[in-house]
Amino acid sequence: MQLVTVGLSCVGVLLGAAVLAVGIARRAGASTIVYGASLVASAIVLAAALAHFVGLSSPTTLTLPLGLPWLGAHFRLDALAALFLAVVNLGGVSASLYALGYGAHEPFPGRVLPFFPAFLAGMNLVVLADDAFTFLLCWEFMSLASWALVMAHHRIEENVRAAYIYLVMASFGTLTLLLAFGLLAGPDGAYGFAAIRESAQTPFVNTLALMLVLIGAGSKAGLVPLHVWLPLAHPAAPSHVSALMSGVMTKVAVYAFVRVAFDLLDGSGWWQSIVVLFIGGGTSVLGVLYALMQHDLKRLLAYHTVENIGIIFIGLGLALAFQANGMRAAAALALTAALFHVLNHSLFKSLLFFGAGAVLTSTGQRDMELLGGLIRRMPYTSFTFLVGCVAISALPPLNGFASEWLTFQAILQSPELPQWGLKFMVPAVGGLLALSAALAAACFVKAFGITFLGRPRSSAAETAGEVDRFSLTAMFGLASLCLLAGILPGFVIDALAPVTVSMVGERMPAQADIAWLSIVPIAEARSSYNGLLVFVFVAFSASFAALVVHRFASRALRRAPAWDCGFPDSSTRTQYTAGSFAQPIRRVFGTLVFRAREQVELPPPGDPRPARLHVELRDLVWEAFYLPIAGVVSATATRLNHFQFLTIRRYLGLVFLTLVTLLLVIAIWL
Amino acid sequence: MALVLLAAPLLTGFVRKIKARLQRRRGPSVIQPYRDLYRLLRKEVVLAENASWLFRVTPYLIFAVTWVAASLVPTFASGLMFSWTADLIAIIALLGSARFFLALAGLDVGTSFGGIGSSREVMIASIAEPAMLLIVFTLALVAGSTQLSYVAEFMASPEAGLRVSVGLALIALVMVGIAENGRIPVDNPATHLELTMVHEAMVLEYSGRHLAMIELAASMKLLLYLSLLACLFAPWGLATPSMGPAAFAVGLTSYLGKLAAGGTLLALFEIIVAKMRVFRVPEFLGAALMLGLLGTLLLFLSRSL
Amino acid sequence: MNGLVFEIAHMLAASLVLISFIQLYQDRLYALLNTFALHAFMLACSVAWQAFIQDAPHLYITAAIALVFKAIVIPVALHRIIQRLGIHREIETVGGIGLTMLAGIALVALSMVVMLQVTAEADPLARQDLAFALAVILLGLLLMVSRRNAVSQVVGFMSLENGLVLAATGARGMPLVVEFSVAFSILIAFVVIGIFLFRIRERFDSVDVHVLDQHRGERL
Repeated sequence: MQLVTVGLSCVGVLLGAAVLAVGIARRAGASTIVYGASLVASAIVLAAALAHFVGLSSPTTLTLPLGLPWLGAHFRLDALAALFLAVVNLGGVSASLYALGYGAHEPFPGRVLPFFPAFLAGMNLVVLADDAFTFLLCWEFMSLASWALVMAHHRIEENVRAAYIYLVMASFGTLTLLLAFGLLAGPDGAYGFAAIRESAQTPFVNTLALMLVLIGAGSKAGLVPLHVWLPLAHPAAPSHVSALMSGVMTKVAVYAFVRVAFDLLDGSGWWQSIVVLFIGGGTSVLGVLYALMQHDLKRLLAYHTVENIGIIFIGLGLALAFQANGMRAAAALALTAALFHVLNHSLFKSLLFFGAGAVLTSTGQRDMELLGGLIRRMPYTSFTFLVGCVAISALPPLNGFASEWLTFQAILQSPELPQWGLKFMVPAVGGLLALSAALAAACFVKAFGITFLGRPRSSAAETAGEVDRFSLTAMFGLASLCLLAGILPGFVIDALAPVTVSMVGERMPAQADIAWLSIVPIAEARSSYNGLLVFVFVAFSASFAALVVHRFASRALRRAPAWDCGFPDSSTRTQYTAGSFAQPIRRVFGTLVFRAREQVELPPPGDPRPARLHVELRDLVWEAFYLPIAGVVSATATRLNHFQFLTIRRYLGLVFLTLVTLLLVIAIWL
Repeated sequence: MALVLLAAPLLTGFVRKIKARLQRRRGPSVIQPYRDLYRLLRKEVVLAENASWLFRVTPYLIFAVTWVAASLVPTFASGLMFSWTADLIAIIALLGSARFFLALAGLDVGTSFGGIGSSREVMIASIAEPAMLLIVFTLALVAGSTQLSYVAEFMASPEAGLRVSVGLALIALVMVGIAENGRIPVDNPATHLELTMVHEAMVLEYSGRHLAMIELAASMKLLLYLSLLACLFAPWGLATPSMGPAAFAVGLTSYLGKLAAGGTLLALFEIIVAKMRVFRVPEFLGAALMLGLLGTLLLFLSRSL
Repeated sequence: MNGLVFEIAHMLAASLVLISFIQLYQDRLYALLNTFALHAFMLACSVAWQAFIQDAPHLYITAAIALVFKAIVIPVALHRIIQRLGIHREIETVGGIGLTMLAGIALVALSMVVMLQVTAEADPLARQDLAFALAVILLGLLLMVSRRNAVSQVVGFMSLENGLVLAATGARGMPLVVEFSVAFSILIAFVVIGIFLFRIRERFDSVDVHVLDQHRGERL
């Protein structure tokens, strides 16, 4: 049986589960059935995708007689699709496993259960689609299913607003994709991807299509300035869905961009890569700065997704630049770095969202200012969350560092690029990437430290308990995958080789036979990195030190109240809060980027009123782009509203006017 | 590896002695840090009641990570065993992990001093780390590799020459090194005043053997930065693995000499300059970042010539 | 030997750019004057080295003029003026020091791009030296534009002149007559500016000591 048929049948199972869930949602055990079915279906598709990498290397296609009568629905499983299917279904497996435990707490199962398998099905179909019509249909289906999930808790005001903005942005994205595919298909209407691949495009069409796809896919992925829906919608959905939206749906958008830019188009001019690099660099720094200012845990994670998407697009921009200049080996390196980061981000972002969901279930709070000290109440959750934080801050020996290291190596290849614009852009982007990596570490020290460490800031945090086995299993599974991908990056790079061969025509040197499992991206003399040995050395040194110290020095330990310079304060309010932790960074970067202003009102001495600190942050992107557009739309709508209230004579006059105008047009043109 | 472990406290003692002499004091003996470490190791640990397992594990983790990073920097010879496991970028990231865990430990006990130290430390790191990476880019573009042994050998060979970008990288590395090691003018290693603390605030709650591990890790970090400066910008006398033991002895003597010179310059600089206000530090490090960026930019532009 | 000689000249030109950056970084007036004195000293060294390479003894006189007037006389005189007028000693910037340094980097990049494209036939080091000289000129202008203090405008103007001298000595053959006229014009300009500083004090942004007190404290 062909692999693509396997994939499609599992998608059918998912859709069936969705329909079933509509009927049985109120029953007890319904969530177990539905999530169990999605778990099994996703696992089978994951196995099929991995089988494609291991065994079969030729793409398989299938055409179903659905959709447009002269077109049918084409589906295809090639190397790129297999990679993204693996990412999507890994997310699906872990989310279903997590939800087997988490879903029991859902107050409105009827609003969540039918749409979850539908969402998974939609994402799988987008990756498998092989013609423009099917692609767009499944893209919209995916957006609508996730919209329904965002609206699940519709009694909360801000969720409704978030869902509305999401719907508007998703429609805008689909419109631009529609235009892009229309341009690519040409006047003959050749919508199949195979036909688009064969046809040659003029440079103008090429550029325009690439920019439209960048806007359309970028709005779903979360590129600045199209990111505004992401931090509103992702936190509003239930936690397993947030993990899927942040960790997986954004990657489907990246898939769309990679498919069009590298596969369907002939090869772009170099100046298009400057646009991609610029947007990627700006997105990464702005995303992490926004994240640092948040005190809602899920919103912080959502803004941070924006940063990682920026990093992925930096890698893709570099690959485009190298490809435009014919440097295929360097393009393969950059593309591998970007795709590795796609995999890594889906792993650790899902892990972090699961942790946030666990915290939400235990304490009922998402606000970091009311949490604290959870490391003692929820030890396993905090351990896996710590692994996720270390991974996302790009610290060795975990996987975040491996993909960042590869991206830096790709940047170091770029002095060979001849164009002046690129010569300026690439070092600047390298600086921005380094800055965003350092700020990300700061952000996650804040996220982990304020939520899990310190003393509990509210009674909800004091009485938290650990979560159920399914959630913990899912989190531990993802954490161990993060460690494995970090210590054995060579295997991942070799696995990505078929994808880069099909996209840029070249692959990175084979890593499997390098001594000690190091990775050598270009040549031994230039650079090498061995995650496994670093991990072994650090573990060995730490245990050696602990052993020696405990053996030869004192082992005594005594518990006492905290020293605190001799001024201990039992009130938990004297600890640092999320806002105070971010204050130095807010002061250095925020005055420019957010027009951050602080005002302090201090009552005069003797007055027992409390002092007040007022921090004002403005979202400049929202104010510069969206408010004016919203204003124009609303003003135009008010004007057009007059058409609702005309008299019959006026309506007749309108019809008469239109008729006369059309006759005039015919008269002049013929 | 044993060399960096043993030499680090000696370096710290040496710097303190020179500072004291310049201030017309006698100063503690050069081997005083060894005695301090011994004393701390034998003392009982007093742990806060609400400290978690992370607080107890962190000192060993920081020590191990800093030790591994310091051992990867060529000291008296380049191309030592396993030097290919991690290049400059990985070394910087390892130091970043040490800082990550130290900042978490500062937040663990839930006092306001820990919060001050951690928040200031991550602010300083958020500019120092990009500056360091841009310096690495500059050096990697000049030498054609990020592997420290290759860079050191390249700088020792005659084809390096005097280059503007290398000079800019040197100045920027000195500035970043001062910030990362918590030296005047960024942080005062001898202070216990809240207004001036960064590193000391994070380790305020540590005592006994835990504090010994952290102090040793801090000394090794200083040694790492001085060794980095020595092998990158003053690589004379560095042996290669193909030479015999005589060359190793020469390398060792020159290395100790370079450490002494670096320590003296550091002490001199700390005496002359006053500590900056906390919010002047981002501008200081921003200058280092600009120098790194300028160095990289000059190299990119001059490739076309 | 030949290569090393030119590399030293290159390093001296680059150090002038570096000192211009240090000038942009300063926020205290006396420190700015000291940095400017260092700037003029490095210019003198660079011109003297060019005199040595090109075998042009009249350039030694240029170096001596730069050393005596710009490195010693003018900073000392400005020091006295500041004390006598009671001009406050902190410099307010327009936009913050970080932004100013970023703009400085962009200007250096711009001058490199312009110079490298205009001079396509000369040898690489000479082209880079000219680019550095243009960068010093632009950084001097940036210093004048981004500070609210009249004395820093004067210092910016002086460092701009230094950049011009650097450019002129880099391209061979600058006759002594031109150097005399340049030196005299500097002196006249300085005298005029010195007189105007008395007038500027009432009219300018914030030379006055009392205005400073309103800006005391943090920006946030």
